[in-house]
Order: sequence, then structure tokens, then C-alpha cells
Amino acid sequence: MTDNLRTIIIDGEEISVPQDYNLLQAVEAAGGEIPRFCYHERLSVAGNCRMCLVELVGAPKPVASCAFLVRDMRGGPNGEPPAMRTLSPLVKKAREGVMEFLLINHPLDCPICAQGGECDLQDQSLAYGRSGSRYAENKRAVEDKYMGPLIKTIMTRCIQCTRCVRFSTEIAGVPELGAIGRGEDMEITTYLEQAMTSELSGNVIDLCPVGALTSKPYAFNARPWELTKTETIDVMDALGANIRVDSRSGGVLRILPRIHDDVNEEWISDKPRFVWDGLGRQRLARPYARKDGRLVPIGWDEALAAAAEKLSGDPARIGVIAGDLNDVEGLKAAKDLFDALGVASIDARQDGAQIGARDGSAPRQSYLFNSPIAGIDEADAILIVGANPRLESPVLNARIRQRWLNSDCQIAVIGEAGDLTYPYEHLGTGPDTLAGLAKKRTGFIQTLKNAKRPMIILGAGALARADGAQVLRAAGELAKAVGAVSAEWNGFNVLHTAASRVGALDLGFLPGEGGRDTRAILDAASKGEVETVVLLGADEIDMDRLGKAFVIYVGHHGDAGAMRADLILPGAAYTEKPGLYVNTEGRAQLALRAVFPKGEAKEDWAIFRALSARLNKTLPYDNINALRAELIEANSVFGQIDYAPGADGAAEFDPAQLGEAGAVADAPFASPIKDFYLTNAIARSSKTMGECSAMAADARARLQAAE
Amino acid sequence: MLLQDKDRIFTNLYGRHDWRLEAARQRGCWNGTAEILQEGRDWIIDQVKKSGLRGRGGAGFPTGLKWSFMPKEVGARPHYLVVNADESEPGTCKDREMMRNDPHHLIEGCLIASFAMQAHACYIYIRGEYVLERERLEAAIAEAYKAKLIGPDNIHGWDFELYVHHGAGAYICGEETALLESLEGKKGQPRLKPPFPAGAGLYGCPTTVNNVESIAVVPTILRRGADWFSGFGRDGNAGTKVFSISGHVNAPCNVEEAMSIPLKTLLEQYAGGVRGGWDNLKAVIPGGSSVPLIPKEICDDVLMDFDALRDVKSGLGTAAVIVMDNSTDVVKAIARISYFYKHESCGQCTPCREGTGWMWRVLERMARGEAEISEIDDLLDVAGQVEGHTICALGDAAAWPVQGLIRHFRHEIEDRINKYRAGKPVFVPVAAE
Repeated sequence: MTDNLRTIIIDGEEISVPQDYNLLQAVEAAGGEIPRFCYHERLSVAGNCRMCLVELVGAPKPVASCAFLVRDMRGGPNGEPPAMRTLSPLVKKAREGVMEFLLINHPLDCPICAQGGECDLQDQSLAYGRSGSRYAENKRAVEDKYMGPLIKTIMTRCIQCTRCVRFSTEIAGVPELGAIGRGEDMEITTYLEQAMTSELSGNVIDLCPVGALTSKPYAFNARPWELTKTETIDVMDALGANIRVDSRSGGVLRILPRIHDDVNEEWISDKPRFVWDGLGRQRLARPYARKDGRLVPIGWDEALAAAAEKLSGDPARIGVIAGDLNDVEGLKAAKDLFDALGVASIDARQDGAQIGARDGSAPRQSYLFNSPIAGIDEADAILIVGANPRLESPVLNARIRQRWLNSDCQIAVIGEAGDLTYPYEHLGTGPDTLAGLAKKRTGFIQTLKNAKRPMIILGAGALARADGAQVLRAAGELAKAVGAVSAEWNGFNVLHTAASRVGALDLGFLPGEGGRDTRAILDAASKGEVETVVLLGADEIDMDRLGKAFVIYVGHHGDAGAMRADLILPGAAYTEKPGLYVNTEGRAQLALRAVFPKGEAKEDWAIFRALSARLNKTLPYDNINALRAELIEANSVFGQIDYAPGADGAAEFDPAQLGEAGAVADAPFASPIKDFYLTNAIARSSKTMGECSAMAADARARLQAAE
Repeated sequence: MLLQDKDRIFTNLYGRHDWRLEAARQRGCWNGTAEILQEGRDWIIDQVKKSGLRGRGGAGFPTGLKWSFMPKEVGARPHYLVVNADESEPGTCKDREMMRNDPHHLIEGCLIASFAMQAHACYIYIRGEYVLERERLEAAIAEAYKAKLIGPDNIHGWDFELYVHHGAGAYICGEETALLESLEGKKGQPRLKPPFPAGAGLYGCPTTVNNVESIAVVPTILRRGADWFSGFGRDGNAGTKVFSISGHVNAPCNVEEAMSIPLKTLLEQYAGGVRGGWDNLKAVIPGGSSVPLIPKEICDDVLMDFDALRDVKSGLGTAAVIVMDNSTDVVKAIARISYFYKHESCGQCTPCREGTGWMWRVLERMARGEAEISEIDDLLDVAGQVEGHTICALGDAAAWPVQGLIRHFRHEIEDRINKYRAGKPVFVPVAAE
């Protein structure tokens, strides 16, 4: 590495920097700062704003530091190291000039601009601009463009940095933004002013250095400096994107991504970003009980008494199903309580995925994205089985796309042939293709075998079916056959769709001895063999199959589960409680409370703690710290915050032993996600998500009509 | 001493003879091409270097040196030659006549230059408005293919494909990297340099982009020798050059002359002199609309070459001489040129996108006198903020005419502003067209 360094002089100070740094990075490495608008670390270099001009000693004119590599610098005539100046009068004049040009046609409507207070143009004009303008002509005005229900445009403010264009083309892989016209008439627009269809479209709002692209739902709601900012974790999918929740007086007003290079880089999809209005609608703010066919509000005392009465019956006639958004603490308290009651029919896999085992016979690697997520950057052959990563985890999909863009990585799919934003070889649609692949000699199997770091991504669509265990075995055998698992690389990956899934599997929130799984609980309930069903935020099951069972719903949104419930114990949503979530790569992450639970609602673990006292099975913890201590004692992974195991332990992991041997059905794999924008109770309560869903459905219909 | 006919390269510049292959051969084209190629690529590049040929597209970069920047060995990526025939600089019409009337000079030059740079394919990017020229060129290329002068298995032993690509008429596509973008089918916007085309050009492959004239003179230089060519003009400004003379002269024309000819001689001997006599001259733009104008005092004895014009803070550019006599409203004329650059700015980078419109609007007001005296300095400052701060040279090209105007005709702007403020009618001559 050292021979790749080069000594250069920045403002008189010598510093050694990597050859492939650009000058802007070199200055930052030296502790300096270069103003910029168009340059962004994760996008290609455009070099068009000219704000980052610096003076190269010996060069006839200033150069754009974002586009000039240290390698290309020329040393002095007598062998001196190359030198640059970032503070010289020439540079100052150049910056003032560019700043003045950017502002002459900028509306300067900062008082009513949603970007105010977090605007690059504002900040940099303060630091690098002239004190006044000399421009006496009329300013240019640009018509606003329609970009869909999420992005509000005020295109007169646009400074044509093209970050949004580059993002949609390069990262999102849906090239729907572009520049039309030229010269001062150049305008950014979507093709024919259609709404953006990318699931990642909201990121252009963050990328826009000015107020040209802003959030439509957030418009005119708040100023950034009056918001309380809470750094927490997203639960819309199993990626565990790091987010910042901005709130004011009890309400969440917006959600932004945080940077975590190993998880979400700095992107989040539109669902985590715009779902927040769902947190204010359809909320269960107090306990309810069904009386004469109607849900009527009751007090906690009455609610707990009613729940205790139902749960004190025969434990064999009780079933518990947990949903997708639960924190580990809530699940732990629930599991401890039901274990104490002797209830064996508990299951956290409401979709029926055939994965995990309570007795620990399924090693942790069998249900993790082992490579881990950042391992995608090293994979050179990827087989996607029964997953549509674009819908199940758009940010992860963008990472696969980046890998495809930047390398010779080959990709193949077994399952639905959707638009993944990158080309792939479609091998087949069902498990028979997967099972047959291992027997083939040529084609993609050879690509996988030749790959240094082959990767198999197994989706929920492959596991949540009757032959899920057999599919798991077939995938495991394939992984072994192609050498996807070795001591330093574990390319056997499971892509979950539920944020709570891995945590629940780690916890063993699975049927005990003689217990029923989700399917069996529902079967028994419809036959009347199970009389009481507890739903922990489980809304995505077939409620009709609950039969005449007494349903206790513990959750935060009035969705399918609450509609069917006979008793509702109101819980807290993910922004309203501190909690642990383990993402699909097995990374435990700590979420923090941004706002308090609505009304009389309580944190889930506290509900079960209170219930346990009523049932004379008092749980041994009175606060969340005590609960977490128990958690970590039971399974140390919960104590390793922000740690993804990756290939640790891969040497002892034999993927060929996973699942069960047996024949697979020939029904094609289907992605569990039918409507990306409406996958959970919070999203279904969100007006914004509803609009997006309608728009996407409309676009699909038009596409089909066109075909 | 004027250039004699025997020393002219483009002997059919005026289309008095047939342009076809047979006639071109009689004028010397394709004579001994195989022998030239047999001398080897190093010899060719060396001869071009020795001849002192500087690029004829405007920047005046030594052609042989440019060729030598290409990788010595062909690696995984093929080499390309691209000929820039997007001749759009206002006032310039030399390449047009060459392609119309002497196309085989260019085709032969393409073969030799491609051989020298180990390119098996060459693209000629021709301006969208040049319809007749494209048809001529394509017909001439078809002749050359048919005669096995070029193409696969040709008589010269260097497999060579020559393509003509028709542009869509944007001035910016004459900038070499914007031209490559356009050729690749993208929006014509200049690329960042480095990397230079010789490292990563067309489709990311090593590429050299040359002007039509730079390529078309090469076969004759190699036939007659580098010494012959370098015998014309002063040191560092060798050779003959086609000048395009337009504006207020009695006989506007294209003419091939030796470099370093005095401007006055050029105008009086070939263009019939300035309209109304030499003393009626106001200013000359000596190298196409992008170079700063020079007033009569300088025109009196300036030589037409790169260095002499640079010394008077102008440039030879494409050698398109635009003559303006005393009837010209020079402010309005520069305002019109400013409008051209505003219109043709691609909009990619900030100083050019915003600055060209600003300069044009101020100049339009100044042409009417509706301005403040202090704005003249502001305008000069704005021009300075555009010049040298952009991705490509269009920013410079937009700033230079403005700087030239203020340098030499500041008094005229001031005078006009003062008159306007005093309520006196401002005389606006019409001859800015």
C-alpha cells in the first residue's frame, strides 16, 4: 500500500496520500475543506459545478479538484513534489465567481424554502460567496416538473449539478431522470414528466444540494432546527437500515438515512422514508374489547384481567403468532411468559418459512445473510433463488447492481423474472431448476464453480412454502457443491423480508416440544382445537382461518389483526420504544425511542410483564436493562451491537445438512411481496404509501396494456 | 512574395475541376501512398513533426506531437482516428470547400494518419448543416473503397474502414470530447480532461481527434517533404494555411496562403481590399468569432500566424478573418457573437451556462447605451470569471470577444452610455450582420 502513496504539497504542507485519490479527497485527508455541489462520494464524477476549483502550481488555469487525480499531478521542474493551493487569492476569486454565477438565476426564496437551514447553497454562499450581487438582469424561471407523490419540485432553484440524474442512472438503475435543453435553458425532468418509479427515488431529495427536489409529504411542516433528531433503526425490511427520525412534539415528521457503509451506505428506500404519516393514523391508543360484536374501549385493568382469564386455560389450546415488526425485547418477554405458562405453540414465522429450529439444531449460519451484506461487493457470481431483492430490500439490490456495474460479476435468477435493474440469466422458475442445477455440467453452475466468491441468495419466496425445508436442503447442497462456503468466505445467504425474523430465530421464538407452527395453529384454530390465539403484531396471516378462536391482538395499528381481535392490548411502534433488532446478516442493532407511545399504549415487553403478574408467573425483570441482561445471558449475539458474524464459524458450517431431504414440488417460486408499498400495518395506514401503491399499480397496468 | 500555385496543396479549392477520384489522381492524390506507408509509422510521425504542422482546428497544437501521444503498441483496446469536420466557428468555411472539392486529400490523409497511429477505423464527424459536403465525401469514400484504396484488403496493405457520421448541428460538438460523446450517441457535452482522448477517447479507446485540414495536408507534406512545408511561414508557424475572409471586403473568399503573411497583404491581394479602402477599416477578428478582435492600428502590420496574433492578445484560431469597416456597430457585433455563445453553451458547467447569458444581456444593453460606466469593469470581471474556469474551451471562446471589445473599444461603449444618459439619440449602425 505504501508504494501507492504520493507526497504532495497542499498549501505549503507536505502530505502523503494515495495516488488514486482525487485532489478533493487529498485536501480532506489533510484536514482541509473544499466546497462542492456536484461531487458526491458515491456517484460518478461530473465536475460541472466548478465550485471545487483549486490552483495547481505550474498549471495555466485552476482545475476541478473532484476530477483531478493525485496520480496526474506534475511535480516541479527540479523534482519538487507537486503542489496545490486551496486558499490562494486565485482560488478565492474562482469560488466567488462560481458562487455568484449559481446565485444570479437562483430565486433566493430561502424564507419559504423547505431546504432552508440544511442547504448547501446557503451554507457555501455564507462561507465562500461575495457580499452582494452585480446581476441586474431578470432572473430565469423554470417550470416545475411532476415527479410523483413523493418528490416536490421547485425547478427554478435547480443549479444543474446532475446529482439526481446520476443517482437514478447509476445507483437506482432506473434512468428516468435527465436533462433536456442546453445552456441556460437546461432543465432536469423525468421523461415526459412521469412519476419516478424507482423504489429508491426519495434519495434524490437528500442528494439535491438545494431546494429543487424536496419531500412532498414534509413540505411546509417544519424547519430542521426545531426537530428532535433520533438515530435509530428501520424495520420496513430485514436490511436494518440506519435511519434518523425527526420529530416534534410527539409526532414523527420525517425519516432520513444515516450512513452505515456495511448496511445501507447512505440510502434508504421510499418505504422507510415516507412511511411516517402511517405512524399517526389507525393507531391503537388504548385497550379494546369486543362486546356485542363491536370493539369498545376499556381500561388496562379490565383488559389485563380478560387476557389473564383466557390465557390461564389449557396451554395446549393456546397459540401465539408473532409478526414482522417486533423488537427482540417484546418477543423475549412474550416467549418467557408463554414458556412459563407451558404454551408450546408459538411461532414468529407468520409467513410459514421453513427455517430455524428451537433446539439449536439449525446453526445460526443457516438463516443469516452470511457473506454479509458488504460481501456483495466481493462476490463474483450471484445466484438469486426465490427472491426479488428489488422489492424485498431495494438498498441491498442497489448494492448488487453496483457490484454488477463495477465488476464482471455474473448474476442468475431462479424464480420470478422481474426487472432487477441489472441483467441476469433466468435459469428457471421453480425448485426443480434449483435441484437440477447441481447436476448440470455447463452453464451457470460452471460460473459458480469457477467463481472465487460465489454467492447464493435464498429468498423468503423459496422458504415460505410447504417444501421449504427441501428447498433449503437443495440450496445448501448446491452451496457446498460450488464451494460457496469456506473458512474465509460464506456465500450461503438468506434474505429475509421481516425485520424481526432473525432476532426471533436467535431467541428461539419457535414451536416447542409438541407445539404447533403457524400453519398448524391456524389449522387447529379453524377446527376449534385452539381456542385462544395471541397475535403479536401479526397482520399478514389469513384471519378467516382463525375460526371461532378468541384472538388477543398485541400491536400498534388497527389493521387486519385488530379487526379480527376480541381483545386488543395496544403496543408501541418502532419509533416509540427502545429496542433491539437483528438484521438479515445477523447484525444486532439498537433502536432508540424518538417519540412516546400513543395514548395509553405501552411497550410490548411491559405488557407481557404486567400480564405475567396477573397470571402469577411474574417475569424476573422490572426494567428494560434487566430484560436485556437476561437476553444477553441467554444468547450473547444480542450483546454484540453492530457486529455481523460474516464468515465466522463458516469452517464448521455444512450447508448440505440444512433442511430436510426429500423431493421438491414443481410450483414456481413467488416473491412474498405483492405490493412493495403496503407490506406491513404501518405502511398500510400511510396515505403516502397508498398513493405510491396506486401509482405503481397504474404503471403496471399501463405496461401490460402496452404489451 | 505571394504563394505560388505550384506550392498550393488544395489545387481544387474553388471547384473549378472535377472532384472525383480520376481527376484527384491527376492532381497528385493517392500518388505513392503505398511507398509512404512502407516508410513506417515512426517515419511518418517524425516527418509530420519536422514539418512544423500545427493543428488547424484553432488551438494550434503540434500535430505530430499529438500523434505521438497515442500508445506505441495496440493493447486490448483498438485505436481510433476521428476527424473533426464539425466546422461551426462563425466565419470559418475552409473545411467545407476541401470536402466539397478536394475530398481525396482528406481520405488519403485519413489512411496515412490511421496507419501512423495503428488505427483500423476512422470516423469523420461532419457538421449537420453540411449536407452537400457529406454527400460528396460519401461518394468519394465509395470511390476509394471501389478502387481498393481503402477498406479491407486494400492495395496499401493496411486494413482500414472509414465512416462518415452526420452531426445534428450543435456548435459544442466541435469540441473534441463533446464530439466523441455525440459520436457515441450521447448528449454532446464535453468530458473532463484528463483522461485525454489519446488515453481514453472514443468508447474508452485511445483516440486522436484532428481537424479536417490538419489531416488533409499530411499526404502532400509527406510527398513533398517536411522541409518544403516548413519553408513557409516563420519559425514555429510553418506551412500553408487556408484563410477564410469574410465581412466588409470587396471579394470575400477562401484562399490558401503561406503562414505569416501580413494581414494587410492578405486582404488587399486576395479579398479585393477593405470596402471603402484600408483607412475605412475599423477592426478585424482574425481567427473566427471566438478570438478577440484587433483594431486597425494593429491590423496595419500584424502577421497572420499563431505567435504574432498571440502577441497582440488575439489568436489565429481557424484563420477565419472577419473584417469590419467603419460602418460597423462593434458593440452590437460582439453582442451578437455573445448571443451565439449563449445559445450554443451546452449547459453542463456553471460559469459558461450562467456567464454567457449574463454577458450577452449586458452587452445588448450596452449596445443601446442603457448601462452604467461601472458595468464595463463588471463585465470584464465576469468574462474573467468564465475564462479558464470551465470544462471545455467554450467558456474561453465566449469570454475572449468581450475582453477584446473592452480592451480596444471601451471608449465607444462609454461614449454610447454617456450619450444615452444625456438624452441624445444613439446612432446604431446596422452593419452588425
